[in-house]
Amino acid sequence: MAKRSAPEVNAGSMADIAFLLLIFFLVTTTIETDSGLNRKLPPMEDQVDPPIIREKNIFTVLVSKNDQLLVEEELADIADLRSLAVAFLDNGGGVGDEACEYCQGERDETSSDNPDKAIISLKNDRETSYKVYIAVQNELVAAYNDLRNREFERLFGTDLGINFVEAQKQYDDPRTSSERQAILKPKLDQVKAMYPQKLSEAESTKLN
Amino acid sequence: MSKFKKKKGGDLPAISTASLPDIVFMLLFFFMVATVMRDSTLMVINKLPAADQIQKLDKKDRVMYIYAGKPSSRYQDKYGSSARIQLNDKFASVDEVGAFILAERASKRQELQNVLTTALKVDSDTKMGLIQDIKQELRKVQALKINYTTRVGDYTQNLN
Repeated sequence: MAKRSAPEVNAGSMADIAFLLLIFFLVTTTIETDSGLNRKLPPMEDQVDPPIIREKNIFTVLVSKNDQLLVEEELADIADLRSLAVAFLDNGGGVGDEACEYCQGERDETSSDNPDKAIISLKNDRETSYKVYIAVQNELVAAYNDLRNREFERLFGTDLGINFVEAQKQYDDPRTSSERQAILKPKLDQVKAMYPQKLSEAESTKLN
Repeated sequence: MSKFKKKKGGDLPAISTASLPDIVFMLLFFFMVATVMRDSTLMVINKLPAADQIQKLDKKDRVMYIYAGKPSSRYQDKYGSSARIQLNDKFASVDEVGAFILAERASKRQELQNVLTTALKVDSDTKMGLIQDIKQELRKVQALKINYTTRVGDYTQNLN
């Protein structure tokens, strides 16, 4: 009997197997990007003489150790925080040099002069839980974003058809072309200057 | 008599697919190598709070991560159940945060050293005292850009 050579294994299906693996890895790979609330901490050095700020230009938000909210010395619900902050920032009660032409608020004399002067002061206790703190931060940022969206749409909505948040997202996206970024940047900066984010955080104290 | 005779019979020779597996394997290896699973294993419970006014944290090479929360169940015997900070792969105390940030900063490229962001991945049930201490440490080393990493969702999810 002649020795028979071993039959060659058909490698035709190798490609299919490899493709299967490839597709599996393609599908399961999620290039995860984190997202969250960006904040900037104040620098360490103490200011020698802090600027004098009038009481009516400060909007105090206090989160107690029991996660209760005290807005301008009154108990409040988180659900109302956004509208309260918007009303404060958009008040525009100033006259003369301090008047705010674009504000649509009530122009109450006892509330903020203009958005540039309005400061939100956030205080919390060491026992405050992080999730409530984030909820409060979120609502305060939302108040700024609502106002910025409104002004952005009023000024540039007809040409761009997007609001402030979408424009900022587009600007931050590294895939956006530099021409587009050059168009967006001055507009974003203008709206940011109209409603600058002035959110001051005091170091937490043992509140009762 | 032409030298270049037309071949008779229009049978196209089949394209050899023998190199196809090689190409596919090459792609496969690329994806296997390029896929980064997770840099550090989590040793703390890390259920992030929800927020919807968020910005993306692009460019991973510009981000330093600080985790905090209660130690996860298998570490609780050893480290207790009060909230701890995790830096890289180990638990750390508050005063190690500054050194960690400086070391991380030194390991990055020169041009990135001024644009680094610190991402705080903190469990939603942590008390603010710990976060306040971390923030204080960050201020000491001039790491002022921070990001409270959250998941996407309505804020009301945080309130129960």
